[in-house]
Amino acid sequence: MTHNDNKIYGVAALFDNPDKIIKAVKKVKSDGYKYYDVNTPYPLHGMDEAMGLRPSRLGYVTLFFGFAAAVFILSFMWWTLAISYPLVIGGKPYFALPAFVPITFEFTVLLGVLSTVIGMITVVFNLPFNSHPLHDTEYMRNVSADKYGIVIESADPLFEETKVRGYLKNLGAFFTETIYEPEKETYKIFQPKFLAFLGVIAILTSGSTYVTLNKFMYLTPFDFMLNQKKGSAQAESNFFYDKREMRTPVEGTVARGYIPYAFKGQADPKEFLSNPLLPTMKNLQLGQKKFLTYCSPCHGYYGDGDSRLRGQFPAGRTLHSARVIGFSDGKIYNIITNGQNVMPSYAYQITRNERWAIINYIRVLQRAQNPEPSDFTDIKEINKESDKNVPN
Amino acid sequence: MSQIESGMPGAQSGYIKKELPKSLSKFGASLLIIGLALGLISYLVDPARSAYGYLTSFMYLVSIGIGSLFLVTMEYAAGAVWSVPFRRIAEFFASVVPLFIILVVPLFFGMNSLFSWTNPAVVAKDQVLQAKSAYLNVPFFIIRDLVIFLIWAIFYFVVIKNSRRQDKSGNQALTTMNIRLSVALIVIFAFTVSIISFDWMMSMEPHWFSTIFGVYYFADAVWGALAVLTLASVILYQKGYLTSKITKDHFYSLGTLLFAFTVFWAYIAFSQYMLQWYGNLPEEIIYFMHRWNGGWKVVSIILVITHFIVPFLLLLPRSSKTNFKLLKFVAVWIILAQFLDMYWLVMPGMVNNGFEYSFSWTDFTFPIAVVGLVLVLFNFVARKNNLIPVGDPKLKRGLDFHL
Repeated sequence: MTHNDNKIYGVAALFDNPDKIIKAVKKVKSDGYKYYDVNTPYPLHGMDEAMGLRPSRLGYVTLFFGFAAAVFILSFMWWTLAISYPLVIGGKPYFALPAFVPITFEFTVLLGVLSTVIGMITVVFNLPFNSHPLHDTEYMRNVSADKYGIVIESADPLFEETKVRGYLKNLGAFFTETIYEPEKETYKIFQPKFLAFLGVIAILTSGSTYVTLNKFMYLTPFDFMLNQKKGSAQAESNFFYDKREMRTPVEGTVARGYIPYAFKGQADPKEFLSNPLLPTMKNLQLGQKKFLTYCSPCHGYYGDGDSRLRGQFPAGRTLHSARVIGFSDGKIYNIITNGQNVMPSYAYQITRNERWAIINYIRVLQRAQNPEPSDFTDIKEINKESDKNVPN
Repeated sequence: MSQIESGMPGAQSGYIKKELPKSLSKFGASLLIIGLALGLISYLVDPARSAYGYLTSFMYLVSIGIGSLFLVTMEYAAGAVWSVPFRRIAEFFASVVPLFIILVVPLFFGMNSLFSWTNPAVVAKDQVLQAKSAYLNVPFFIIRDLVIFLIWAIFYFVVIKNSRRQDKSGNQALTTMNIRLSVALIVIFAFTVSIISFDWMMSMEPHWFSTIFGVYYFADAVWGALAVLTLASVILYQKGYLTSKITKDHFYSLGTLLFAFTVFWAYIAFSQYMLQWYGNLPEEIIYFMHRWNGGWKVVSIILVITHFIVPFLLLLPRSSKTNFKLLKFVAVWIILAQFLDMYWLVMPGMVNNGFEYSFSWTDFTFPIAVVGLVLVLFNFVARKNNLIPVGDPKLKRGLDFHL
């Protein structure tokens, strides 16, 4: 590196071992030098104390940004998950603090660390600093290997080149060096060569990207059967009069195994279907299972209308009112299929058969609340009777 | 023993042995007697309740003793240098370890009121307890716990004896031997501390389980032991019983470790809580329901504040770790907060055994005896030994320690 011979940055000295440098630094400090710095290959215990350095204030940066991050992310989660778009997740409250703690912790650590590193590099180290006078000196080569060095800068009022050199030698330095300020170097960014280089790079990258994405990917076998002789949804056809390749099904077409409901979307049709299922044990058990899964959250385990959703959804009606008992099976089927008031349609969750099975089960629940005298016959006797009657 | 031979590592340590004041021992002994007398009264008033009080204090004493022994082994295993001047104090606190095997005996007689699984009528009706009975049965319980306390006591005697012999001989081979023993003991710790905490605390609510519970108790133990060590070493240093070569950097390191374990406990406690809270399974969440209902909600919140937030904020600034007044305050705070944690772990378990919890003075009789016992033992052991391991080869480096 070329340097300006007239402008001295300071005098550097090298020492053999940590004890010597700490002793020297203590002396330099007590002799009243203020503008000096120490370079060692690794952090030396006790050097901060010897130089009389105050504890770094970088910790406050970490504290501030860490705290700000915690406050920010907590309020962010509170606003998004509890205010702006409330969602019930896993049955927890909207503002579920324990679930937010790990995210708060991670974000605090992340922002704390990033702010520390960025703060250290920009504020404390003053980077980018490309032309420090110590760069490319014999001194720097040694202190970044196995020696310990001190630099007394020319900014110090006590500085005098020859005097300081002798002074440092007396302290036990085995090598001293005068460091000069580097000459100011200027660079032209827009040189023709550089611009040409940028141009070539731009053409090469964009060209190869274009070829890869638009040509190469469509060559066999990389196209993975993209081109086939078949009608596609949005393609044009010259065969049909409306020029669409994809055809709509004939009116009245039904999917396999699907029986459409005649009164779909009608709240109160003139006639209803009748129940095709017999209340056999098997059907009732199916009805019970489906009732407990789909109906009981709002209508209660026994259809009493005691919702267990704790007010997160309007409570269901009781199924034991005279009105509901008076409903025909087809009417209840219509309600399950089409929905009623706040109750949504269950046509997609519960199959046709299951709906009828649920209705049978509801009838059982209703009968259990209003039993007839014959229901109190000893169940054992019934079983005995039925055992007798079963044909073998 | 008052004079250190010239060839010893501690010859230039500036350590001169001073006798601890006699009043300390008298004070400790009187606390011990008062505590035991009050404990006996509490036993006569309500035997079942006093079993819970005794268990709280016993687990507290175990955590301090075993945590101190762990600190000693950790220093050997890690080759730590800065903590060498404080090691003796941790050793003195660990001297309660051999007593566990005697102190646990009264608990064996109170097992019926502590653990529902000891009742055959309860087990006969409970499928979960039947399935667990291969582990949770009285003979195996007593045998394994006695064996664990015996193992701890043996390790304590060997490690501490080696450490004391070094004061006279300065033999470096003793350090090598202790390093090997310490590594073995740390591995044994992992299992035994878990078993002790599972047996005496987790099995009070025998349906509940948490695999992290052993780590939770371990975090508590080391934290409490560090607090006791910090308090004792700051006081002894200020009164001049240790050498003046100990610097603020040593106490800074002690404070940092205390801070680290504050965070460690919070991390473990929160991990346990969050998983069970999120899962919300009946057999898991019941543990926290017992610690939330019936007035325990306030205690749980106070525990979070006293056990984590306050020590965390107090120990966070760099300057607080070298401020002796603050260090002593935090140490006392932690010692109390840790007792609260033990109380919080044990007492709500009463509900599970058909008792109603209500606040009672009887729970605070045995802790008085614990403080007295620790003081008496500390005084007794410290009288016969140097307060600094003068024969330890690491002592000079330890005293020269700088941040």
